[in-house]
Amino acid sequence: MRISALIKRIFQQLLRDKRTLALLFVAPLLILSLMYVMFNGNNSEPVLGVVNIDDKLVDTLKEIDIEIEKFEHVTNPEQTILDYELDGLLVSQGEQMDLTLANSDPTSSKALQMKVNQVIALQAQENLVSQLPTLSEIPKMELETNYVYGSDDTVFFDVLSPILIGFFVFFFVFLISGIGLLKERTTGTLERLLSTPIRRGEIVTAYLVGFGIFAMIQTVIVVFFAITVLDVTLEGSIWNVLIINLLLALVALSLGILLSAFAASEFQMVQFIPVAVIPQIFFSGIIPLEGMATWLQAIAKIMPLYYAADALKGVMYQGLGFTDIIQNLLALVIFAVIFIILNVFALKKYRAL
Amino acid sequence: MTQSVEIRNISKRFGKKVVLNEVDMAIKGGSIYGFIGPSGAGKTTLIKMIVGMDSPDHGSIEVLGTKMPNLKLLQDIGYMAQSDVLYTELTGKENLAFFASLYQLNRAQTEERIAYTSKLVNLTDDLNKKVALYSGGMKRRLSLAIALIQNPKILILDEPTVGIDPELRLAIWNELIRLKSEEGKTIIVTTHVMEEAERCDYIAMVRDGRILTRGTPNELKEAYHARNFDEVFLHAGRAKQ
Repeated sequence: MRISALIKRIFQQLLRDKRTLALLFVAPLLILSLMYVMFNGNNSEPVLGVVNIDDKLVDTLKEIDIEIEKFEHVTNPEQTILDYELDGLLVSQGEQMDLTLANSDPTSSKALQMKVNQVIALQAQENLVSQLPTLSEIPKMELETNYVYGSDDTVFFDVLSPILIGFFVFFFVFLISGIGLLKERTTGTLERLLSTPIRRGEIVTAYLVGFGIFAMIQTVIVVFFAITVLDVTLEGSIWNVLIINLLLALVALSLGILLSAFAASEFQMVQFIPVAVIPQIFFSGIIPLEGMATWLQAIAKIMPLYYAADALKGVMYQGLGFTDIIQNLLALVIFAVIFIILNVFALKKYRAL
Repeated sequence: MTQSVEIRNISKRFGKKVVLNEVDMAIKGGSIYGFIGPSGAGKTTLIKMIVGMDSPDHGSIEVLGTKMPNLKLLQDIGYMAQSDVLYTELTGKENLAFFASLYQLNRAQTEERIAYTSKLVNLTDDLNKKVALYSGGMKRRLSLAIALIQNPKILILDEPTVGIDPELRLAIWNELIRLKSEEGKTIIVTTHVMEEAERCDYIAMVRDGRILTRGTPNELKEAYHARNFDEVFLHAGRAKQ
């Protein structure tokens, strides 16, 4: 009954705090949409300047969405690229072809280079065939690509979004629950609470349930928004996605409450973000873990987000089932239990009992 | 009357600073006991130990015959902290109802106690306002109402009348005295205000973690040949040095 009184109070307080509610429910959707738009944006067509290139090659290049600007004579390729804002310049001098790239963005430069290379190779092959008619009987080699996960429509966002969903749930729940209990500490109401016959465990339970319900609502909104509105790939079951996120929210909740014991102000609570939250992003699988040093991989194992991101990616992108992710879920449960027990001890600072 | 609170030889230090030094005290049930002393004297620490929020390094405290800290006993102790600790997003009534449910009052009791305590501190008309809109004095009064919400046997008030106007202060003191004499409650008060000290049954003057002197207001005045409490306090302080 004391627990329900505390939960009721947390609800009353949070429901009247419109800004915090907005942060909890609207901010993750906003950021998720923003990232979706950014990662899915159609890349603008690269602009390639050409000098002395025959029309056939130019047409092939145009076919694969490369914008072509023809130049009669170029003395300084670098300067031409800068002057005409080109992405690259292809100059033919007899047998030799020179490609100069702007390389302001390495990824798109590589892509342009590859395309140009392919087109030139293809043309060279065709020229060869036309000169030696016997060769035309050789079957044309074609490469067909198949995918274990996703398809050729897969974009980076599809791989990234499961991790992002997990991260937003973790981050916002961590921040709001941490500051929620911190406020109770700094205003002295926590001390006042402990002068009543309430048990420490009851306070921790009430906070977990009270903020947990908000975290649950947030999780459901974020997951449904990502899947229905943003059309993020979901191969596995949505229930598994919800279970992972709810467990992650519980970890974030208990960690936030716990760390608030070591912060003297809201400002100090925010200082925990670069220490306790940001490093988790690096180990969540955005950067492939396999390439990391062994000791770095070991660090990943103590990050809750690592397990959640792994499970989320498994379910949403690879279509894994419940039994495949059970180890990750177990890891999250262990984190939550440890943090919750530590919480009950951390409250000892206020009352011996 | 039996002893309500027994403090046996307690000492407490925070780091190197000795906050309480071998304090002994027995507080009779059904009396008003005043702790008087400058800020930093150790009054609040002593009070927190009686409530069980702090534990002494040495010595022991018994409340109603049970050793503190004890969770069950907190049901019988109403506590008003020195600074107002209230939930400012909630209304006065919601604050009262919240604490009432922490003490596990049922609905009828809650209604009744909210009506009684809010009338006592003259907040009945402002119960549905958010505490954020309260004035300093109103917050103080609400804190007092919360301390009384579960009808405790022992009332511990840390500077209850700071920021309350003289008329209401008088009304509150009259009510405290009524609670003592009619309902037999034990009331422990800390105060700076010397006129309030005179209304207590017993007084302990606290300074530098020690009890300088104690007794009924008249005993103290006689002992130090003083006309008022300011003088008692000054004389007692000098005598010790």
